[in-house]
Amino acid sequence: MDNTNKKLTHSVTLDSDKCKGCINCIKRCPTEAIRVKNGKAYILEGRCIDCGVCIKICPHHAKKAVCPTLDDYRHFKHLVALPAPALYPQFNNLESIEQVLQGLRGVGFDSIFEVARAAELVSDATRKLIDQMPKPVISSACPAAVRLIKVKFPQLIDHVLPLVSPMELAARLAKAELIATTDLKEEDIGCIFISPCPAKITAVENPVGSKKSAVDGVVAIKDIYPALLQSMKNPDLDTSETCGRIGMYWAASGGECEGLITHDCYLACDGIEEVLSVLNDIEDGKFDHLDFVELNACNGGCVGGVLTVENPYIARSKMKRLRKYMPVTRNRLENSIPQEMLWDKHLEYVPVFEMKGNRMEKFKAYAEIEEMLATLPGLDCGSCGSPTCRSYAEDVVGGHTPPDKCVVRMQEKMEKILATLLKP
Amino acid sequence: MEAIKFSYTVPGDDFTRAGEASADLKNKLKKMGITGAPVRNISISLYEGEINLAIHAGGGEITALVYPDKVEMYLDDNGPGIADVNLALKEGYSTATEEVRGLGFGAGMGLPNMKKYADEFYIESEVGKGTHIKMVVNL
Repeated sequence: MDNTNKKLTHSVTLDSDKCKGCINCIKRCPTEAIRVKNGKAYILEGRCIDCGVCIKICPHHAKKAVCPTLDDYRHFKHLVALPAPALYPQFNNLESIEQVLQGLRGVGFDSIFEVARAAELVSDATRKLIDQMPKPVISSACPAAVRLIKVKFPQLIDHVLPLVSPMELAARLAKAELIATTDLKEEDIGCIFISPCPAKITAVENPVGSKKSAVDGVVAIKDIYPALLQSMKNPDLDTSETCGRIGMYWAASGGECEGLITHDCYLACDGIEEVLSVLNDIEDGKFDHLDFVELNACNGGCVGGVLTVENPYIARSKMKRLRKYMPVTRNRLENSIPQEMLWDKHLEYVPVFEMKGNRMEKFKAYAEIEEMLATLPGLDCGSCGSPTCRSYAEDVVGGHTPPDKCVVRMQEKMEKILATLLKP
Repeated sequence: MEAIKFSYTVPGDDFTRAGEASADLKNKLKKMGITGAPVRNISISLYEGEINLAIHAGGGEITALVYPDKVEMYLDDNGPGIADVNLALKEGYSTATEEVRGLGFGAGMGLPNMKKYADEFYIESEVGKGTHIKMVVNL
């Protein structure tokens, strides 16, 4: 809760009427970013990385992602759909991607730029960059993973691939193509990402690695799904799909790695807890022999995002079937990596977990935390509103919560008072 | 100024738990605002020490004392001890079994790495009695 970055907005929000003040979310949040105060959960903005774990696990559905709908973007003269690769395997019995692309036209998009197409270019650019960077190179496509590095792993910042995400590149290329080939001006074009995850909504408002996003809006896969299903027809013989296997496989964990082709010493990790553990190991130099590390905050990769419809493992198997008759790749860079693919803003460490003050003050605060921790029961029950006894001690020493919230200690105190009162 | 003390017990022959102490200490140091090379040096040297305690010593105790300007780490065990400490400090020298090597450990870099990544390194060992190591990393 120190150094809260006020500028950061989050897509994850709380419906306080539904929140029971239970401890499910505070215990599962990988960055200890949630507290319960006065019976309601609240998010410490600076710590939240938008991983969506709390949305997934809240039994009362009080945590949700705020997603606009397509109608919020109808004012654009020309709407471009940017379908995430994870959209394709959401449907049953799909013969080809063309059916989904037709469906997108049916719900009101004027044109489509497949994110999988941009992903193939990012794969190609990665191949060109990989040997010029400190190893292992860490993928930058998952915004939740990148935010985790930003707040917890300052030493790894130089390992993060300085390329814009496939979503961002798709929007930039779509706009450039339309401006070059039509009479449309930039402000006429609305590029809307069809998203599997809430972290992408935040990434559009506060892009990682670039000053401003070219994406104009984000619609959740689960929200557009019913309308899309209605407007999908049987495929014509002609197909307008623009990606190959590599682009589509970005939807699942391991896909980005497979797209490397030239390097095969890599690791693909999915699920935020595993991502955290892999980052710790990279920091300790245990994976120095690897060329590349792909990180996905969601289990199974993007197909496991909270805004998807299909079970991630089923989605993965459907994707394999779809992939069968596709070429390996349809998109390659003709020359060196163009400027619009590179980050124009350096990734900066945001020390949200450090205590306040200079080295000495931090040291003293930490000594106080250890002292207080020794007086706590160590049950990590969460009843005080902080996820663990340690985080509670940190909150107290940081001045964010009063020191008398420990339910176990309170009960002991009450029993003592009661015993004195009842003494004959 | 009094140090902040952290104690850890490393069980013998349990590879799944070796690394817990160094990971825990690293996270605590980060919260104190200590990042960069010192944390990496502490992590690597302590991790190597933990692995040694697990593989060779049948377990042992780790005590870390954190001062504002340095971290002292003490590793104590009652294991078999090291017959020739100078030889053991040579890169690549190893007495690990084939089984342990098969798991990717025992390359003979444990003690050399501890010495390399710590600013100060002291070792006392007696065959049949055990080994005591002190490492200091300046912040």
